[in-house]
Amino acid sequence: MIVNKETISQLTNEGKRLDGRALTEYRQPINIETNISWTAEGSARVQIGETVVMAGVKLSLEKPYNDTPNEGGIMINAELLPLSSPDYESGPPGIKAIELARVTDRGIREAKAIDMKKLCVTPGEKAWFVIIDVITINDAGNLFDAASLATLAALKAAKLPLVDPETGAINYKKKTDVSLPLLKEPLAVTVYKNNNSLIIDPTAEEEKSFDARLTVASDEKGTISAMQKGGEAPLTIEDVDKMCDLALEKAKFLREELNKALN
Amino acid sequence: MVYTKRLDGRKIDELRPMEAKAGVIPNADGSAMFKAGKTTAYAAVYGPREMYPRFLQNPKIGVLRCHYGMMPFSGSGERIRPGSSRRAQEIAMVMTKALAPVVDLSAFPNAVVDVYVDLPQTDAGTRCAAISAAAIALADAGIPMKDMISSVAVGQVDGTVVADLCYDEEAYDAIVSDVPVAMTHNSREITLLQMDGEISKDDLIKALKLADSVLDKVYAEQKRALKERFPMDKGEEK
Repeated sequence: MIVNKETISQLTNEGKRLDGRALTEYRQPINIETNISWTAEGSARVQIGETVVMAGVKLSLEKPYNDTPNEGGIMINAELLPLSSPDYESGPPGIKAIELARVTDRGIREAKAIDMKKLCVTPGEKAWFVIIDVITINDAGNLFDAASLATLAALKAAKLPLVDPETGAINYKKKTDVSLPLLKEPLAVTVYKNNNSLIIDPTAEEEKSFDARLTVASDEKGTISAMQKGGEAPLTIEDVDKMCDLALEKAKFLREELNKALN
Repeated sequence: MVYTKRLDGRKIDELRPMEAKAGVIPNADGSAMFKAGKTTAYAAVYGPREMYPRFLQNPKIGVLRCHYGMMPFSGSGERIRPGSSRRAQEIAMVMTKALAPVVDLSAFPNAVVDVYVDLPQTDAGTRCAAISAAAIALADAGIPMKDMISSVAVGQVDGTVVADLCYDEEAYDAIVSDVPVAMTHNSREITLLQMDGEISKDDLIKALKLADSVLDKVYAEQKRALKERFPMDKGEEK
């Protein structure tokens, strides 16, 4: 559906949306499914409306970095598959994929959500490194929130693989019942702004029509761990104030959805 | 003959449990999921659309172009680095050749039909699952097709000819061969044939005959998925 920017903008000013939702309402259904890939140490599939993403956790034992000999590490990568949208092409990640990966990464990393010291097996020699790949299956808008939700769900579902005590080799086919040492559970919510309206969970068409966005990652106590402003338009301090309030409120909603799905 | 009982308890001609679903990716013009045991393939079709780069266009006929990718967490060992590999490119090429004979793109000169297949989890037989998913997705997209393509791997494990090998069978510590096959449903012609390992000519022919018979089951699941996507009674109401 091709709808011009002005129409969406005008509707938003009237507090209306093309699909009849309230401005700060998430699409339905919200489905969160874990263990969707037996080959990953942890995995999840998240659906918000028509947007579908998958996240998979792979673990490996590596030598810790020289400046943090007692810690493991994490890395989050995102792939915008050409399978998921006519707008994506094969090839190395573009800036959109890089931004998605880095914003998702910072939400987890800066909250110190994973106890990096507990990932260490032998100081200076061996520690667990966590790599999370976020893969788009259908991009119908709001990848930031879906990616963050899938990442947290996959991390929560992950189990360490068995390590042979003699050779130190990882047996990826056998999982232990040891979970990752998660200290916090950060989730990102992106608030979009157009004129004086704020909206949540835009569709792909709405995403293209908005002037500014602010992604806010926060943990269960409401502590903010990462932010990213996007879009062309500037924001006032007052805008940021309102956008953060909305993001924190919606993070609670997503957290409830996640807990419902995992219990 | 040593290999009389299969590692996962299946009969020698028994396929792993299959599940297919059409229309799983709303952005695509056609799409499908095909699952065989613990191997899952998602396929999306985009097109016919204008082909870029332009020099690849064919002014006489549309071009079918397949793409294949394993997700970084889809291997049973270490993480797979994202991006195309030699293996992925070869599989994409043989997939294209396996599907092209039934796809009629004569009405779409200069256009391309892109088929993207990505797998979130794998346990051998990935190119076969990819082809079976892609064929459903092409039909879902309404691309003119003369026949259906179904695919399965057959092979020989320690002297026994079996259907639909899982990874542990491919890696079995004995003489093993793996023969991925794709066939047209009505004309019973082979459009994909690869082989690695060791096999006698007699066993190869036996394996191909086994593929010919078990592929009907793959076809039945593909057809079921398409019927589920396009129920007859709704079409008749219009």
